Amino acid sequence: MHASRRFHLHNFFQLPTSFAAVALVVTSVVLSCSQPANALPAFARKYGLRCSACHESWPMLNYFGQKFKDNGYQLMNDRDAPIWQNPGYWPVTFRITPIWHRVSVGKVQVDTYTNGAPDGGQAIQRISTSGFDLSGLDFHTAGTLEKNISFYVLPSADPTGAFHFEQVFLRLDNIVHSSWLNIKLGRFELDNLLSEKRILTLTGNGGIYQTYHFIPVGDGNIFGQIGDNQLGIEYLGHSADDRTRIGASLISSNDGNVNLTLGANSYTGFFTGSQAFDLGRLGVQRVGFYAMVGQAATYYLTAGGVPVAGSGIGNKGFSREGFVGQFYFGPHFDLTVVTQHGSDNPWFGQGYGNAVGTDGNGGTTATCSSPAPGCPFLNNVPGTALPTGSQAPSWNGATFEAHYVYSPQLIFIGRYELERMSQQADGSAYTTVGPNGILGPTPSNFGNISTYTIGFRYNPFMTSRAGLAWHNEYNWLHQDGTGPANLFTGALTNINTSELLMGLDFDF
Amino acid sequence: MQTSSEKWSFLLGTVAILALPLASSAQLPTLDIESRLGMESHIGNINGHAKDAKYDYRRYCVGCHGELGDGNGENFPWVDPKPRDFQLAVFKCRSTPTGTLPTDQDLFDTIARGLDRSNMPQWNTFTKQERADLVAWVKHFSPRWLNEKPGTPITIPPEPEVTPERIKTGRDLFARVQCWKCHGVQGMANGPSASTLTDDLGRPIQAFNFTDGSRPKCGNTDADIYRIFMTGLDGTPMPSYADNIKPDEAWDLVFYLRTFMQQKSKEKEMAKQLSLKPVDPTAPAGQQ
Repeated sequence: MHASRRFHLHNFFQLPTSFAAVALVVTSVVLSCSQPANALPAFARKYGLRCSACHESWPMLNYFGQKFKDNGYQLMNDRDAPIWQNPGYWPVTFRITPIWHRVSVGKVQVDTYTNGAPDGGQAIQRISTSGFDLSGLDFHTAGTLEKNISFYVLPSADPTGAFHFEQVFLRLDNIVHSSWLNIKLGRFELDNLLSEKRILTLTGNGGIYQTYHFIPVGDGNIFGQIGDNQLGIEYLGHSADDRTRIGASLISSNDGNVNLTLGANSYTGFFTGSQAFDLGRLGVQRVGFYAMVGQAATYYLTAGGVPVAGSGIGNKGFSREGFVGQFYFGPHFDLTVVTQHGSDNPWFGQGYGNAVGTDGNGGTTATCSSPAPGCPFLNNVPGTALPTGSQAPSWNGATFEAHYVYSPQLIFIGRYELERMSQQADGSAYTTVGPNGILGPTPSNFGNISTYTIGFRYNPFMTSRAGLAWHNEYNWLHQDGTGPANLFTGALTNINTSELLMGLDFDF
Repeated sequence: MQTSSEKWSFLLGTVAILALPLASSAQLPTLDIESRLGMESHIGNINGHAKDAKYDYRRYCVGCHGELGDGNGENFPWVDPKPRDFQLAVFKCRSTPTGTLPTDQDLFDTIARGLDRSNMPQWNTFTKQERADLVAWVKHFSPRWLNEKPGTPITIPPEPEVTPERIKTGRDLFARVQCWKCHGVQGMANGPSASTLTDDLGRPIQAFNFTDGSRPKCGNTDADIYRIFMTGLDGTPMPSYADNIKPDEAWDLVFYLRTFMQQKSKEKEMAKQLSLKPVDPTAPAGQQ
């Protein structure tokens, strides 16, 4: 594979004729199996509604589905309590996706060989890998314990079968018969109007919202991940028709990790509000805001160099705030826009705070070395001083996601995201090697991200017991300065990655 | 000896002939309905157009009400009460006299309000325009809307002040028009006829239980309750009492019915102070 080769969409159309023929046959077979949608997954089965009533395209909610969720998975029609259900009804669904995907990473530093032996040299080249694969497995069970008491339990496994609790909560709905008073306790998704847990795309980089996870390269703040499910308590209030929504959450600053392994006393607040408007045949439009303001520990007691669980103090602040707009242009086309301004305390900018060794995106830092866990681990012990020229890193980002809904069974998805550093943690007076590995001030565009994702999902059928989507997607991501350094000049290089994915996304 | 092509021709011809009745039976009602796609609705200054609601109907409604609006969607076997058959154009919740078509506003309100104790949720997430389009779509399933005009909405007089006397009068009325036969003497839907009730299509139906916290299907304001027994719930055993109850008396009955309901109300308080007893079905007329 040539290092210079980039995998762009036009390459897809140059694939071998035999492959195109197979794809055509598969398409024909799937299309020939088409029948009218009559989806009744767990909740729809309970209420006798098609899944298209609540989902723009499964699993993404539409406005009616959002109202249903805000009411505590209730239609508010006096049939919400389990006593109305057949005793055999059990609201459980599993979801998994067998896929074929091709992942291409633009620049990887590799060893070179001469006459079958390492020659001590290195080269940079593109690595592309393709093959059949699996997604993780989700077991969703949710519903009502009684009228106005709802729950959600979601044990989730990664592709190797390692389980964790992705979401667990109990919610008291419509307290004192008011839709303005709902309280949720547990591990849950923050009240993001554009829900990452209901995202329509599945690739590694396109299956998350970069705007919800962006942190500067080298930044130690793993806590401000508004896309991750968090542990805490949530208040939500909404009007009866859900046009007006307000929410506030108090969450532990631990990025949803259990067992109190991080700060001894650090919390984050998350606030949302939105208002919807009627625009005739264009549909219901919604605009809103969100803000996350929190503190997290930078100083941990250690034992043998390893952070002592739950001992974190020396709280420093961070914030994320932005606007959200959901705009509909008739029944077939819609556009959602999410903006973000983020800012971290200079201590986070210098790599302090991360005591569990994650990269802030649910993974473990590749450069992790002793002492573990929490490495690279910078500890703000008494007497520690910030390097000269340190400053609060800040950035701006935006997500644009558009859908063309041909029918409830076929949706086309397009997304573009950009994350731009506004102020680097290592300012003009910075003279040492920063946590991002750069000597001196960091280039202003270092770590910037641009990414787009396109795809479509086709549901050949929907039944009262199961769902199936034929999923096709392509993602491309570019990041400034994070590629391997040029082997000759040492200059920073940019990196491009791409992924093509096809799969059968099903639930039962 | 038949040639191969002759065999194929015979086979295809047979299949085509056999399929013809199936195709024609499927097409006729569809064509009939499609001819009314120009149906409109008028709610205030909003004009709804049936053709603009096709997508929303398919996404949200067709699972119960069916492609042909006959209430025979795929959920029909599983839901109770059964979905409304729009082809009959018979509706429970109307402001118009019994036996007449509802106004566009009635259908418009029903979509947003939903129907409690049924699988019809509150579709108040639509824009007003979308709802008006859906009203036109609902109308296009029945030719009644081409041949008849909606009835004239009944006049509801201003609600008088509730008094103990009015509640007692309401109780007398409850006995006189024999509401108790279905709803029971305490409004618990356990009257002697309750178990025998069927709708116009012969399907079992339950009387409304005033005591279990449910909301009346067609609205929960005093005016809504007034309207229900003055217009009746067409298609059900609940008749219109417009010919039996004077407009002012009707308010007395509303006040008495409120004494059964769980929600706190002046009527409940007054009934408690009066130590009001349930009606006695065996008592002579006028001696409750």
